[in-house]
Amino acid sequence: MTALLRLDGVEARYGPVTALHGISLEVGEGELVAVLGANGAGKTTTLRAVSGTVQRSGSVFFDGAKLARRPDAAARAGIAHVPEGRGTFSELSVWDNLRLGAYTRRGSVKEEARRVFDYFPRLEERKSQQAGTLSGGEQQMLALARAMMARPKLVLLDEPSLGLAPMLVTEIFDRLDKIRSEEGAAVLVVEQNANLALAHAARAYVLEVGRVVVSGSSAELRADESVRRSYLGY
Amino acid sequence: MRLRLALELLSLFALAVLIAVVPRFVSSFTAYEIATVGMYFIALLGLSILTGYSGQISLGHGAFMAIGGYTTAVLSVDGIYGHQIRDVWTIPIAGVVAGVAGLLVGIPALRLSGLYLALITFGLAVAFRQIPLKFDHFLGGTSGKVLSLLTTPFGLSAAPNHWIYYLTWGIAFVLLVVAWLFVRGKPGRTLKAIRDSEIAAVSSGISLARYKTLAFALSAFYAGVAGSLYAIARGFMNPDVFPVVLSVYLVAALALGGVDSFLGLILGASAIYVLINRSADVTHWLDHLPAVNLDPQRPGMPDVIFGAVLIVVLILLPTGVGGALRRLFGPLTTRLYSKS
Amino acid sequence: MLIAAFTWTEFAQQLAAGIRQGAVFAGLALALVIIYRSTRAINFAQGEMATFTTFVCWSLMNHGLSFWAAFPIVLVIAFAGGVAVERTIIRPVENGPVITIVIVTLGLALLLNGLMSVIWGGGNRPFDGPFSTRTIDVGGVPISLQDVGIVVVSFVLVALLAVFFRFTKLGLALRAAALNRDSSELVGVRVGWMRAFGWGLAAVLGAVAGMMVAPILFLDPNMMQTILIYAFAAAVLGGLDSPVGAVVGGLLLGVAITLLGRYVGFVGEELKLPAALLLILLVLVVKPNGLFGRVAVRRV
Repeated sequence: MTALLRLDGVEARYGPVTALHGISLEVGEGELVAVLGANGAGKTTTLRAVSGTVQRSGSVFFDGAKLARRPDAAARAGIAHVPEGRGTFSELSVWDNLRLGAYTRRGSVKEEARRVFDYFPRLEERKSQQAGTLSGGEQQMLALARAMMARPKLVLLDEPSLGLAPMLVTEIFDRLDKIRSEEGAAVLVVEQNANLALAHAARAYVLEVGRVVVSGSSAELRADESVRRSYLGY
Repeated sequence: MRLRLALELLSLFALAVLIAVVPRFVSSFTAYEIATVGMYFIALLGLSILTGYSGQISLGHGAFMAIGGYTTAVLSVDGIYGHQIRDVWTIPIAGVVAGVAGLLVGIPALRLSGLYLALITFGLAVAFRQIPLKFDHFLGGTSGKVLSLLTTPFGLSAAPNHWIYYLTWGIAFVLLVVAWLFVRGKPGRTLKAIRDSEIAAVSSGISLARYKTLAFALSAFYAGVAGSLYAIARGFMNPDVFPVVLSVYLVAALALGGVDSFLGLILGASAIYVLINRSADVTHWLDHLPAVNLDPQRPGMPDVIFGAVLIVVLILLPTGVGGALRRLFGPLTTRLYSKS
Repeated sequence: MLIAAFTWTEFAQQLAAGIRQGAVFAGLALALVIIYRSTRAINFAQGEMATFTTFVCWSLMNHGLSFWAAFPIVLVIAFAGGVAVERTIIRPVENGPVITIVIVTLGLALLLNGLMSVIWGGGNRPFDGPFSTRTIDVGGVPISLQDVGIVVVSFVLVALLAVFFRFTKLGLALRAAALNRDSSELVGVRVGWMRAFGWGLAAVLGAVAGMMVAPILFLDPNMMQTILIYAFAAAVLGGLDSPVGAVVGGLLLGVAITLLGRYVGFVGEELKLPAALLLILLVLVVKPNGLFGRVAVRRV
């Protein structure tokens, strides 16, 4: 089975600094795959390489075709990127944020929104509220909701647990599982909290200094004590 | 260090010699033209102190030139208490009046970021035209004031054109030395040190404000002197002598020519001279080119060319020729200089 | 200092004239704000672009078209022109220092001004506007139909734009691109083309302002220079990043300087512009963000 997403020796640069030195990874349809590693390992850059928001070389294949390097190309192909900092438009209302999420789609925004409000009912209450005034947890939910508006085949999720209380984080990951089972979306999630990520992910890649050092199923990684100690911090 | 200083002094000396000798080899009228270039040079020199060292942008320096011109016109025609003042002595007064005006603008300017300052000063350039119209009995309204024809004073035996040449370039030389001292002295060094460190900029508070205001006043003084000389040379002064577009040319010349380079300032001044005083001739000359059919009654072509050159150069060299813009506006105007 | 004679009739007339002035300022100020929001720079060529398109209208009318026939054509040309300007000369410099963008727009202003002189000549000429200069009686006050027409057109334009920005997908995309470039790209918005669209819209606003004002001021290459300054002042007054501010600022400024010019003898006709600038300076000292603005004006 060909993977939904495939990176082949992808390099990425921030100006003169190379952040990724040839990353290869795969995400299958409907899979939840985690990208782990310490700060500065290149996890965020990996997601950016997929969505085309960083200078990259090497091939990225998505849904059978080569993905162009422009950020709107990724969105149009069915990839939703929830970046660090959530990417919310804080000056716009919750509703407008959702409308933007559906930008690449043609259908009725109301219908898509109804679907999304089912997953996150609290957002419907706050429909007209300015997005910047939501709590941290609600903003994360908004970010996810916005991503789901476009019925993406792949969601790129960057540090969803950042700055959130553990109970909220669990709630978000549970919702994510529900969304995946109902919509079949694949998720590539970057997480510092390796334990949590491995509890939900099928497979994981561990990055260090811009390279993949370990990869495998979550079960394997969790079982291997040396991997846990050296790379996952527990 | 000392070698560099010696070289600078040497080139300054060579320059002085060159300026002194040129009139022998050119026609009287050409001397007059070079004198006019010298006047724009003085104005550019002042503006380069303002933008190059204190990082403030002014799109209104033509107004300060006009203030200088009108001061000279009023003092030499109407005089004070009926006593007309000889035109030469009005020059420093014109500079001071313009300098005070610069001070008045420079104080509120401290509170404005680069973009807003550019807007306000541009507004100043356009709005200033209204002042002589309002105070028309004093400043002559649209017809302006007529000064006496350019004559050589004190019974000197030089031709009037040579007189204005040496007067202008003599003053330019003196002002160049003053600018040089300012830049090398405490104000310039302070501003430069601050320019290279934003943290220093924030913490140095009062002295920064003082020097920046001083830079504004000084640059206005220079413009006033230039305006005064211009009025004396032309023999009349009215609202159209220093048009709005001159203020734009001044800043454009700095962007293109650079602020550190003497040659750049000279080239910039020459360009301004061609655009303001020889525009019709350029149109005429262009008309002679094959396939070009321009009506000399419609003198817009030099502006079209200059505008196009400005755009192309800035697209190709976004920090101006030789990084001029980067040096012009530096970290002091982070908001103006920072990427959008 | 004050003029002694005061009648309510005249006051109403002055108010109407002030509102008409303000409507023109508001339109151009809105154009400036749209560009500022998307490009973070001031377009110093806004006035010349407006005058240029007005000249195009004049030429079309000279070739036999009526004003209202030429009007939509001019709007399309203006829009295309604005987009072209952004894509060709602004795009290469739009991510660099703001000062570069400013000087590029100054260069464009020079170029357009010169071009107008070359193509159409420098003198001024009458412009046959769409509204008659007849006055109608509104509650005993004679109001010029032209003033009414200008205000109505401006109002309709602003209302259309407001609806566009608020309710359409494209309008939302434009707003998003101006607010947060990176996030917009991630949802699939083509930020570059949104910027170009913004410049196109601004050019249209400018064209309308030019065509409204030409019958009153007579058409010449320098027609919009003074109005541009008033528009700057209005935009700064309202807050450079606030469209609502631009409209409110424009109207307030128009009324303020008309009344000042009429009732404060010292200001008169000549000192209106300096008075406007002084007003703006005062506002900036007290409220550096303008009335509705949020982006800080102050340095460091």
